[in-house]
Amino acid sequence: MTDFNPMEVKLSNAQIAWRAAQDIEDGSYVNLGIGFPEMVAKFQPEGRQITYHTENGVLGFGKAPEPGEEDWDLINAGKKAITLSPGASFFHHADSFAMVRGGHLDLAVLGAYQVAQNGDLANWRVGSKGVPAVGGAMDLVHGAKRVAVVTDHVTKKGEPKLVETCAFPLTGVGCVTRIYTSLAVIDIEDGKFVLREKLPNISMEELQSVTGATLHTAGDVLDLIVPEDL
Amino acid sequence: MTKKVKHSPAEAVAAIPDGATVMIGGFGGSGAPIELIHALIDRFRDTGSPANITVINNNAGNGDIGIAAMIKAGMVAKMICSFPRSSNAEAFNEKYLAGEIELELVPQGTLAERIRARGAGIPAFYTPTSFGTELADGKPTEEFDGKMYVRETWLKADFALIKGQKGDEMGNLTYRLAGRNFNPLMAMAADVAIAQVSDLGAPGHIDPEQVITPGLFVATVVEVPAPQQEEVLVREGVIY
Repeated sequence: MTDFNPMEVKLSNAQIAWRAAQDIEDGSYVNLGIGFPEMVAKFQPEGRQITYHTENGVLGFGKAPEPGEEDWDLINAGKKAITLSPGASFFHHADSFAMVRGGHLDLAVLGAYQVAQNGDLANWRVGSKGVPAVGGAMDLVHGAKRVAVVTDHVTKKGEPKLVETCAFPLTGVGCVTRIYTSLAVIDIEDGKFVLREKLPNISMEELQSVTGATLHTAGDVLDLIVPEDL
Repeated sequence: MTKKVKHSPAEAVAAIPDGATVMIGGFGGSGAPIELIHALIDRFRDTGSPANITVINNNAGNGDIGIAAMIKAGMVAKMICSFPRSSNAEAFNEKYLAGEIELELVPQGTLAERIRARGAGIPAFYTPTSFGTELADGKPTEEFDGKMYVRETWLKADFALIKGQKGDEMGNLTYRLAGRNFNPLMAMAADVAIAQVSDLGAPGHIDPEQVITPGLFVATVVEVPAPQQEEVLVREGVIY
């Protein structure tokens, strides 16, 4: 083994979010999960019309308001104050989740504790202690045409987050289609991790050594290139 | 026509008894009927009733006001919600971890649909949400077109506390911004829906094309001009 350390050689969260944003097509309706996934909106490529959905009943929200300008009746699912973009709409919760489960969203971007090679996602609780809270996580994994995950490739302790089988309680079964990590872009196809892109300065062996299930390839593995100043 | 109109939040919630199941609208502080909740707390403090309330809301209160204050006062036996954690949810957390309050955790979209289903007279439905997770344990499942679904049942309530923006004496309602959220669904689902509105008028006060909740769903309406906003109160550290 080399002295490769996935905690040192890796993309920042902003760089992961930037990479995920490049794949969002013009005209898409997108739900970004609370926390890290929300950062994807910052890197929306110029010239693309992307409409953001939030579970509490808003389509077409924009940037956060200036401090002091908040209207706390106008929030997103993370309970943060938002502003509206032209063409925005309000609707009640049943319609909002009809948009989710009914397959009307093009993309959901979520965080993860673990993703299994068959697309199982664990992102809502790590054990049985404390107060459980699920929110919309179990709904969001169903219905969007593509369910992407943005995540560090390994945990803070250096353990793989991409695994054969999730050890943490599941959020959804076989739901994830693509993973953007701090080291690679990986698709889930036919119950397997298929490597699409990796950082150019790490080897296949190094990447495999920090991945909990076999990485397959199908065609070329491209270099994962992102802006350096993020 | 004015039978539905009450003159104070206290009068509007006067009929809610011990042991009632109460849906409370709002998502976090947005659309939360603070004055109706506080009127219920006032009566509990004065009379010891209503006690042993089951509350249905997306969350489980924040800070020391609204649902959190209800929980702290000791009048809530059970919460049915999707996300009891929040930035300042000590009131619920303490009671839950001490085993003093029951929790039924429901995925947010399933919570909304279970409420809607009761309003629409549909006792059960199938959803993909929670299939293969611990929240589906013990629930019937069925395959449709090659995909697995979980059976969920309707969620009933004796009362709903709703926050509207405009209202009229017929009970027709509009909502403000994202304050709509669970409010229209709960108005449909509860046996008795009680709405506070910022601006109450005679029939015709709302353009029929703008009505979100038709008055048929609403039993009681009370005007609360310039209502308090939960998030603002929490940020100011207000204790009710």
